[in-house]
Amino acid sequence: MTAYAYFPGCSAHGTAKEYDRSTQSVCAKLGIELEEIPDWVCCGASPAHAVNHLLSLALVAKNLDLSPSDTIVTGCAACYNRFKTTVHALQHDRPLWEQVKQIVQPTKLNGRDFRVLHLLEVIHEFGLEEVKERVVKPLKGLKVACYYGCLLVRPPKVMGFDDPDNPKKMDELIAAIEAEPVEWEFKTECCGAFHAVPHPEIVLRLTSNILQAAKDAGADVVSVACPMCQINLDLRQLDIQKRHKVTFNMPVLYFTQLLGLALGINKSELGFERLIVDPRPILKEKGLM
Amino acid sequence: MARIGVFICHCGENIARTVDVAKVRDALAKHPGVVHSVDYRYMCSAPGQELICNAIIEKKLTGVVVAACSPHMHEPTFRKACAAAGLNPYLCEMANIREHCSWVHSDREKATEKAIELVRFLVEKVKRNKPLEPIRVPVTKRALVVGGGIAGIQAALDIANGGYEVILVERQPSIGGHMAQLSETFPTLDCSQCILTPKMVEVRQHPNIRLLTYSEVEDVKGYVGNFEVTIRKKARYVNEEVCTGCGACIQRCPQKRIPSEFDRGLGRRTAIYIPFPQAVPNIPIIDREHCAYFRRGGCRLCEKECPRGAIDFNQQDQLLTEKVGAIILATGYDLIPSDIYSEYGGGRYKDVIDGLQFERLLSASGLTNGEVLRPSDGKEVKSVVFVSCVGSRDRAKGIPYCSKICCMYVAKHAILFKHKVHDGQAFVFYMDVRAAGKGYEEFVRRAVEEEGVVYLRGRVSKIYQQDGKLIVRGVDTLSGMPVEIPADLVVLATAIRASDGIVELAQKLGVPVDEHGFLSEAHPKLRPVETQVAGVFLAGACQAPKDIPDTVAQASGAASKVLAMFAQDAIEREPTIAKVNEQTCVGCFECQRACPYRVIERKEIRDRQSNLVKVVAYVNPGLCAGCGACTVACRNHSIDLEGFAEEQMFAELSAITAA
Amino acid sequence: MKQATEREQLTRTDETPILLTEEARRFTEEVIRRSGERVDWCYQCGKCTAGCPVAFAMDIEPSRIMRLVQLGQSERVLKSKAIWLCVGCQTCTTRCPQEIDTAKVMDTLREMALEREVAADKEVVTFFRSFLDNIRRYGRVFEPTLVLQYNLRSGHLLQDADKGPLMLSKGKLPLRPSRNGAIVRKIFDALGGRKR
Repeated sequence: MTAYAYFPGCSAHGTAKEYDRSTQSVCAKLGIELEEIPDWVCCGASPAHAVNHLLSLALVAKNLDLSPSDTIVTGCAACYNRFKTTVHALQHDRPLWEQVKQIVQPTKLNGRDFRVLHLLEVIHEFGLEEVKERVVKPLKGLKVACYYGCLLVRPPKVMGFDDPDNPKKMDELIAAIEAEPVEWEFKTECCGAFHAVPHPEIVLRLTSNILQAAKDAGADVVSVACPMCQINLDLRQLDIQKRHKVTFNMPVLYFTQLLGLALGINKSELGFERLIVDPRPILKEKGLM
Repeated sequence: MARIGVFICHCGENIARTVDVAKVRDALAKHPGVVHSVDYRYMCSAPGQELICNAIIEKKLTGVVVAACSPHMHEPTFRKACAAAGLNPYLCEMANIREHCSWVHSDREKATEKAIELVRFLVEKVKRNKPLEPIRVPVTKRALVVGGGIAGIQAALDIANGGYEVILVERQPSIGGHMAQLSETFPTLDCSQCILTPKMVEVRQHPNIRLLTYSEVEDVKGYVGNFEVTIRKKARYVNEEVCTGCGACIQRCPQKRIPSEFDRGLGRRTAIYIPFPQAVPNIPIIDREHCAYFRRGGCRLCEKECPRGAIDFNQQDQLLTEKVGAIILATGYDLIPSDIYSEYGGGRYKDVIDGLQFERLLSASGLTNGEVLRPSDGKEVKSVVFVSCVGSRDRAKGIPYCSKICCMYVAKHAILFKHKVHDGQAFVFYMDVRAAGKGYEEFVRRAVEEEGVVYLRGRVSKIYQQDGKLIVRGVDTLSGMPVEIPADLVVLATAIRASDGIVELAQKLGVPVDEHGFLSEAHPKLRPVETQVAGVFLAGACQAPKDIPDTVAQASGAASKVLAMFAQDAIEREPTIAKVNEQTCVGCFECQRACPYRVIERKEIRDRQSNLVKVVAYVNPGLCAGCGACTVACRNHSIDLEGFAEEQMFAELSAITAA
Repeated sequence: MKQATEREQLTRTDETPILLTEEARRFTEEVIRRSGERVDWCYQCGKCTAGCPVAFAMDIEPSRIMRLVQLGQSERVLKSKAIWLCVGCQTCTTRCPQEIDTAKVMDTLREMALEREVAADKEVVTFFRSFLDNIRRYGRVFEPTLVLQYNLRSGHLLQDADKGPLMLSKGKLPLRPSRNGAIVRKIFDALGGRKR
């Protein structure tokens, strides 16, 4: 089985270290081979495409050039969106491709047919039935609000990931590990993204709406597939508390952490203690830890 | 000896600006065989035509060439003029020096040269034209109307009142169409059933109308004046002769929870049912798919209950063949599925419904007796949001057109809602309000000014459920404000589309359909009730989204065309069709294989003792369209086109190559 | 002549009059060309505004931005804060009935605003600049210096100061930056150095 080229994303060694660690552990456990792209660079995320479209294409193109495999997987929704958008643009716009090649001076890009996947897709490709068979600790009784955010699903013509308004891929995975995905309406509502830094009030308002909706739907925890979403929904609960006197106390976990728990991976590799709103009390309460 | 007259038109500036008509006239005057060559500003005008008539008589012309616009425009005009002067009209042809010359070129010198050549070639052809007589085809004076909605009903009544027989075929168990589902109609707020049912009863009782409901057209053969139609009368499992419509069977039927088609899934019906109380005919039908007897055997309670023994489980479909002279297509419309936008719930929310479903809620004879209640929990609706343009005017969904009637029925819905729920709130999201009909603008203003309906200009981005309400996220672009409205009920004005099955039916008839599935009229401006196929007409929403007044007008228009056709005993067809030389034809039937109109038949040539000599091809003169494909396929030149014979075409080509 | 200018003075208002000048038409054409999107197809339905998560905070809502682009109002559009509040969530692009990639148009407008040096949202521009400087230096984002640099440049010195110790204790802050900035610098240089 050939290895997937793994693009961790910049937060993987910092604020989203638990995502990277749990991802690696889960993949190792399932026998999914990940080969980190050597010398990978930042994909540019929002700032690059927002100020210079060639820059954003070039940064991703460089990573494609460095990639050992044509199939690339990432866990970050923003990186996933940038990679897919770039591959799509380059497949449909020859003149643009030439411009980008001038800038990047690639050595290994020609003739390659790139396939960009999000980690959720990789798990689905692996097979949810297979995952189910390997569950040692079914997460029974845990109600999970699956939060997809914006960039995983939009725009549907480019991303082709799932239904852009009521996606199901994460819900199905959560159901496969026998937790209970709740039905709720804020699956793809924006968290405010990078405004956590320049305009935090926007993030506080948008994340409050999301967390409240998750709470109203009866969720115990929120499950995410993107480091930006995670930090906005998790860390900023402190600011919501401080500035608006509202306490949600809603743990926000990476889906890989839940998956790892169900697969019986050692807790030290899952990083629950690194989350701001501690998920351990509720997990213990449900008898899952 | 050929004596050809050439008449060159200036067409005002259309031709004369680019082509030097005087030069053309002079050049043609010198052409062998041309004895008369003049130019005039407007040949199609009365004085212009007089020029032709006078020249024919004075100069004893044997042929006429009018160099002007396209024959599509004026060939009949000039041919009539020639006929009036005593010259066989088929000895007159038009050289197109407008669409083919002055309108597409700008170099005056070259355009004039080209015009001269175009006229010269045609003169060479016309020298070899033969006089032809139009073909007279007898007419069966009976009409077929396909579709029993208001369009079909109106057309059928008009033709029947004109004294001719009509067969009205409707595939639903009752006539009435969508108009029967409406509660009230704009702009008068007449009760829809009240104005429709008298017409439905009139159809049923009219001596000239044969009503075939629960029937479909299966095949059509033939041509204008002489169609042969096969109709499948589907089995109702109820004997129509015997049934009195007492309804005892319906009361007895134990299957009571089947979603009602008439109520668009909101209400329930039994397996043996009459679609609605005012149905015509008032005879029930058994739904095989849900009837317990047909599914598992047993039951048959309706049969036991019927006092007249009208239930017949062994009834079979019947195939009827009818001869008719004209067909009117009035197959109506349908709505696109209301789950078209996943951002509006993708069909998941019971309280997000479409316009026809709302009509059923409003209707006094509907599932809620006219009370506006939520389909999900039956609770009263206090706030309703109407969303316009759901699918319509949406390039991304492949529906770029406007569905025309929604702005009006949304205003109607809002007004009716306010009448029923005085303290209710109604909001309408719109992009534009299209209210061009008589009394329409005033009707919409009534909704705003008298009923207090709030109109918000903008599309809706998302609809989702929260705390038992539907949250509608839209915008009012006029004020620049995004708005969020919690509603009890949301009504989507979904786009209109052509009825199911129309494409297949059109194909059987050879009637073109546009890119959206609507039937194509023969000319969008001047021939709105005819199709490309002679003898086949159309009326109503099958052609394009349409409201009731326009539908009724168009239906009467189509009927008038049929009446005009039936007023004559025969129809005249253009004689420029294919003809077989039976002496030389060997009966290989390559022509039949080439013919796209399926008009070539087998003809037996017999001697006086009735022995078969040979079988040759025969062209049905009523059907041939004169395309000429057969003349190419024929290996020994035994088939040729009248008026466009090979000899004529070669003469034209020779003139071109000689130039 | 003098009479005309006097009348102009009398009837002039304080609002910027909308004139479709040559310059205005050129602006519209430039946006259409650079974004590759048919802004002229927009018929102002407002679905983008209705779905935009940050429209509530914008000075000019998205559908109005599109309208102003159609009318060539480069000043109002490029000096707006709205184009910097846009997060690129793609909701507008996904739902536009005229298939216009509105998010892409926003990208183009930002590029143009930076080129003309009229970008109006200090915080967002500072954040973007700090981010891009950061990856030029290290190749990958090094969060500690990113935050520090932003705080210094924006003047919000103590923003998220309370988070520092917490993040550190949870091991969420990387201690060492990566070392492949050269690759990124090469790309920036190929693009003609940094001007933004």
